[in-house]
Amino acid sequence: MSDLYNVSAAPHTRSPIKTNSIMQDVIIALIPASLFGIFNFGLRALLVILVTVLSCVVTEHVYCKFMKIKSDPWDYSDVLTGLLLALNLPVGIPYWMAVLGGIFAIAIVKMLFGGLGQNFMNPALAARVFLFISFPARMATFLVDKVNAPVVTDFLRDGAMVLDGVSGATPLGQLKAGESVDLLKLFVGHIGGTIGETSALALIIGAAYLFYRKVITPIIPFSYILSFAVFALIFGGHGFDMNYLIGQILGGGLILGAFFMATDYVTSPITPKGQLIFGAFLGIMTGIFRIIGTGVEGVSFAIILGNLLVPLIDMFTRPKTFGKERVKNVK
Amino acid sequence: MARLTFMGGIHTYEGKELSKDKPTTVLLPKRDLVFPLSQHIGAPAKPLVSKGDLVLVGQRIGEANGFISSNIISSVSGTVKAIERRLTASGKMEESIVITNDNEYKKIEGYGQNRDYTKMSKEEIREAVKEAGIVGLGGAGFPTHVKLTPKNENKIDYVIVNGAECEPYLTYDYRLMLEEPEMIIEGLKITLSLFDNAKGIIGIEDNKPEAIEKIKELTAGDSNIEVRALKTKYPQGGERQLVYVTTGRKLNSKKLPADVGCIVNNVATIAAIYMAVAKSTPLTNRIVTITGDAIAEPQNFKAPFGMNFSEIVEAAGGFKVQPKKLVFGGPMMGRAMFSYDVPVTKTANALLGLVKDEAAVEESPCILCGRCYFKCPLNLLPMKLQLMGLNNEDEKFVKLDGMECCGCGCCSFVCPANRSLTQTIVQTKQRVIEKRNQEHELHELHKDHAANE
Repeated sequence: MSDLYNVSAAPHTRSPIKTNSIMQDVIIALIPASLFGIFNFGLRALLVILVTVLSCVVTEHVYCKFMKIKSDPWDYSDVLTGLLLALNLPVGIPYWMAVLGGIFAIAIVKMLFGGLGQNFMNPALAARVFLFISFPARMATFLVDKVNAPVVTDFLRDGAMVLDGVSGATPLGQLKAGESVDLLKLFVGHIGGTIGETSALALIIGAAYLFYRKVITPIIPFSYILSFAVFALIFGGHGFDMNYLIGQILGGGLILGAFFMATDYVTSPITPKGQLIFGAFLGIMTGIFRIIGTGVEGVSFAIILGNLLVPLIDMFTRPKTFGKERVKNVK
Repeated sequence: MARLTFMGGIHTYEGKELSKDKPTTVLLPKRDLVFPLSQHIGAPAKPLVSKGDLVLVGQRIGEANGFISSNIISSVSGTVKAIERRLTASGKMEESIVITNDNEYKKIEGYGQNRDYTKMSKEEIREAVKEAGIVGLGGAGFPTHVKLTPKNENKIDYVIVNGAECEPYLTYDYRLMLEEPEMIIEGLKITLSLFDNAKGIIGIEDNKPEAIEKIKELTAGDSNIEVRALKTKYPQGGERQLVYVTTGRKLNSKKLPADVGCIVNNVATIAAIYMAVAKSTPLTNRIVTITGDAIAEPQNFKAPFGMNFSEIVEAAGGFKVQPKKLVFGGPMMGRAMFSYDVPVTKTANALLGLVKDEAAVEESPCILCGRCYFKCPLNLLPMKLQLMGLNNEDEKFVKLDGMECCGCGCCSFVCPANRSLTQTIVQTKQRVIEKRNQEHELHELHKDHAANE
C-alpha cells in the first residue's frame, strides 16, 4: 500500500551531527600529532599505532560477538581509543604490550562496564596506566632518535634491542633535574616522549579543529592548563622562570591530556561549572604528581583520578532549572 | 528588562522559503465539513444541533461546556448530516458535527456588522471573544476568553503578541502579518483596552524583516505598542522564552503568564479578536501552511474550519513525490499522521509532506556529550531524565524537574546518538500526571468513606 506514512513522536527533524561523525572529528584532529610522531620516531611509530588500533577494534568485535551484544561497528569509538592509547605509548614498546593495552582498554575498562558511554575512566588512559604499572621500565624508556628504533625485530622478544638504542631523558626529566630546556624544540616536538605527546604545535592544530567543529569547549583544557601553571608557579620552586613554566606545560603529556583526554565526554562533567572544577582539580593533581611526587609525569594519573570524581562533581553542580531559581523580585 | 535571547535553543533548516513569498489563497470547500467538538484545551463543546437541522454561516453549533471550553461555529450554511466520531489531525477519533454544504453561504443575522469597540464595556468585549469561539491559534488551543480574564486585571502590565513563528517551515503567521497587519494592531488595541496598565509588545523573529518593518511603520505613532525583533532561534516563540526575552520575567510550569503580569497571544488569535469584536465575525477559518519537499506547490491557504485537508493538498498541486512522512504542525512539535483525510480545526495549522524521514534512525548509547543539556531552553538534563523515565524512576524524574519539560524537541533534535529524549520525557510526564490523578481520586474516595462511616 502506497498510502502508508511513517509515524513517530516529534521532533521529525534531526541534526546531522552523529556519534560517529564526532568520533571521526576527534580522529581527524589527532592526525597532525600522529603524523608528527611518525616523522619524529620513524616507521615503528606507525606500526605501534596500527597494532594498537587493530587490537582495540578486534577486541570490541570479538567481545560483542562472544557476548551477543548488538553494536554499531562504525561508531569509530574503538578506533579512537586505540589511536589515543598508541599516542600515549613510547615508540620502543614491544608490540605484544601494545596489543595487551588495547585488550585491557576495550575489554576491561570499556565493555565490562557496559560499553560505549558507560565506562567510568578514559579507557586509553586506564590502559596506559595499567601498562605503566605492569612494565614500568619499558614504559619509561623514551627514544630520542628514530634511527635507533628497529621496526619489526622485537615483535615477540622483549625488545632488548630497543633498550640498546640511545634513550634520553624527556624534557620533564631534565626540568626535574634542574636543567633548562630548548623551548622552541619543545613546541615543535623534536624531543623524547610518547608517540603523540611531543609536538605541542601539532596537538594545538588538532585542538583548534575540535573547537572549530564545536566538538569540545575550551573550559576543561584551559582551566586544566591554567591551574597547573599556577600550581607550578607557586610550588615549583622556580618562581617566574618562564623556561621552567613553559617547559612544564609543553614538555610532557599535558597538552595531549588536556585537549584530547580530559575532554572525553563520557568521563568529564556535563555542566560548564562542573567542567571548571574538573579542570582545576586535574591541574592541581598533575602538579602534585609532577612536582611533589617522585615521578616526572602525572597527567594520566591525574585524569583517571579526576574521572572517578565526575559523578560527584555532576551531583554538586546540578544546573538550575529555568524559572525555578530562587526568585529575586524582577521589575 | 528585555533580553537579547534565551539560553539554549537550536538553529535548524528553516524551510520557510518554500512558502513564504506566495500570497494566501482563499479556499471554498467542496466536500462535507466536519466540526470536531473538541478543538481546544478543556471540556469538549456540547452540540446544539441535531441531524437534519439547517445551519447558517456563523451559527453556533457547539456550546462551550464550562469555563475552560469553547464554542464551535459553522463556517458554511447547509444541513447537519450526522453527529459521529471522525478522525482529526490530533490522531484521535472525536465526536464531530458533519455538515453538508449548500454552497449558498447564508449568514446569521448581524454577521459582519461593524462595532465600535471603544464604546463597548470590558465585559462585552470578553463575551464577544467567548461567543466567537476563539482559542489560541498558535497550536495549543487554550480558550482565549479565559486568558483575557486573569484574577487581577490591574496587575497585567504587558500584552505580548507572539509573531515569532519559530517552528521551521511554517509561514501562516508571516503571511498574516504581511497581508493583514492592521487586524493584528487593532486586535492588540482591543486587548489592551481590557487592561488599564498594560503596554503592548509585538515580538517577531528577525528572519522576517518585511513583517517587522511593516508593523513598525503602522505602529509608529503609538507609544503604547512596541515592536521587538527577536533573534531567530527555536523555540523563540515558546511562551516561557517569549515572556523572558521581552520582559526578563521567568515562568515555570506551575505559573501562567498572568502570574507575572503578562498576557501572551499569537498574532492570528489577536487578529481573530479584532474580527470578533469590531466586525462581529466569529472564528470560522484560519490560515494553514501546506508545505514540505513532497508538496508540488507549497503555499498558504485561508481555509474554513471543517474543510478536508485532502482538498487543500489538492489545491496545492498534490504531492509531486510520494512523501515518507506527513506532519500536522511544524517539524519540531508537530504530530506525524497516517492519514490526511481530516478536517481543518482551530489547532490544525499546517501540513508537512516530507520525502525523507529524518527521525527514522536507530538509537545508540548516550555518550554524555551534553548537547541536549546545552540546547535545553529550560536548562534541564534530558539525558538523565530519559534514563529515569526508561527505568520507571518517577520520583527521581520529578526531583530533577522533569515535569518542567515543555516538549520543544531540541534535545532529540540535537542528540548525536539519535535518542528519543523528548518522547520519553513527555511520556514520563504524562505517566506521573496520571499517577497523581489516580492518587488524588483514591484520596477523595477515602475521604468519602470516612465521611460515610
